[in-house]
Amino acid sequence: MLNIENLHVATGDKPILKGLDLDVPTGEVHAIMGPNGAGKSTLAYALGGRPGYEVTDGSATFAGKDLLEMDPHERAAAGLFLGFQYPVEIPGVSMLQFLRESLNAQRRTRGEEELSGADFIRLAKEQAGALGLAPDMLKRPVNVGFSGGEKKRAEMVQMGIMAPKFAILDETDSGLDIDALKAVGEGINRIMRAPDKGVLLITHYQRLLDYVQPDKVHVLSAGRIVKSGGPDLALQLEREGYAEVVA
Amino acid sequence: MTAPLPTRADEAFRYADIKALGEVWDDLGPPETVEIAAHKSLQQTWLPSGDPIDVKRARIVIEQGAALELYALNAADRYGRIELDVTLHAGADFAFRAANVGSGDATLEVVTVVRHVAPDATSTQTVRSVLGHKAVGSYLGQVAVAREAQKTNSEQDIKAMLLSREATANAKPELEIYADDVACAHGATVGELDAMQLYYAAARGLPPAQAKALLLEGFIGGLWDALGEDSEIAALARTRLRELTR
Ligand SMILES: Nc1ncnc2c1ncn2[C@@H]1O[C@H](COP(=O)(O)OP(=O)(O)OP(=O)(O)O)[C@@H](O)[C@H]1O
Ligand SMILES: [Mg+2]
Repeated sequence: MLNIENLHVATGDKPILKGLDLDVPTGEVHAIMGPNGAGKSTLAYALGGRPGYEVTDGSATFAGKDLLEMDPHERAAAGLFLGFQYPVEIPGVSMLQFLRESLNAQRRTRGEEELSGADFIRLAKEQAGALGLAPDMLKRPVNVGFSGGEKKRAEMVQMGIMAPKFAILDETDSGLDIDALKAVGEGINRIMRAPDKGVLLITHYQRLLDYVQPDKVHVLSAGRIVKSGGPDLALQLEREGYAEVVA
Repeated sequence: MTAPLPTRADEAFRYADIKALGEVWDDLGPPETVEIAAHKSLQQTWLPSGDPIDVKRARIVIEQGAALELYALNAADRYGRIELDVTLHAGADFAFRAANVGSGDATLEVVTVVRHVAPDATSTQTVRSVLGHKAVGSYLGQVAVAREAQKTNSEQDIKAMLLSREATANAKPELEIYADDVACAHGATVGELDAMQLYYAAARGLPPAQAKALLLEGFIGGLWDALGEDSEIAALARTRLRELTR
């Protein structure tokens, strides 16, 4: 579903990803772990088309299409969802308005009909409820004044509303309390565990993987995937540390 | 007899488009007079006339314990000017929420004098400018607090967003205070659309023009909160912003 070959990405002229290969087949959940500064968020941003993250070599295809040719909003409409490590605050724009306009923009890009106001509200409330986010928070400006954990829950609510084909989740588990971690883990399973979907989970900790069992675990270090394995690899990393496992 | 046409040497016209003003000057007439009787309250909304040159001037007196809420959208294609001279008596309240939204080579300005002549009055001015192309948007605001006007509370909150390198924003809040027990706050900022916010919106599926329009709506939207997002002024401002980002 997501095929990445020999990906090179630079930010501000500094090469960060240096020949990264990764293949996530449809229906699978893959986890990426790796030391701080390894390039995990850079991978997420490059796949999401963030300006300033320049792909200097390699390819990335998503559901058979050249991902790198698409504008960021087209990638979203094609079914790619990026859960941000640091969700962005947008003062003055309510969560509801933001998501309704976003979802309908995606639908227009896909040539689908827009969702009515009432149908959208129903969908948003349902998703907020499922993630344990008070529906009133959807009336507040996007992420403004949300706690760290609320922001991550809200990212999952957004994912539930967008119902993407593929999600790249960048440290969605960081900053969550025990209950929120459980809610987020169950949310990922509920929204994304399906034979026609896929997930790339960027994480530092095994605890999220207790809820969302990965099919494969990869170690990203210094801009490359240096080791891949089954779920056991995450446990081994947690026990022994990167230096030991990667050496 | 009409007064002579001002020049840019007049402080209140330092950013004005004098040529445009000259074209309407003889037909302008004296400023409209608005008087709010003691303990009454009034809400007014000023929409753009639709003419390329759109000058609105008012002398406003808010009597003891009275209140005025004034909403204005300044969005003429060539020259828009909103000029207010407001006098507040004891315990009066003046709330002014205005936006300059301009593109092309429009010159838009809000020029206010707010006179606190008696104790306990409150004035809040919130002005947002969104300027594209070569537009110029200005705020000149004087708050004068007389010696008798103790416990005056005044605020000028001025922000501008520039959408192009050639657009210009001017902000000049001025305080003239003769009382000693007052709270007068003022702040002015100029900025650009935030790249990370734009990217976040794009990542959720919004095409660039729509993402910009949404962020700008957020920037000025708070002005009309009390009127609701379906009010005529909010809808008109939204339309203007969409035109600006297309
Ligand atoms: N805009 C930028 N300009 C210069 N360097 C950058 C920029 N963005 C990221 N980097 C650098 O790229 C490297 C990889 O950063 P990235 O955020 O991808 O790491 P990460 O693996 O996500 O780390 P973490 O686990 O701490 O989130 C870091 O050394 C970082 O400082
Ligand atoms: Mg990161």
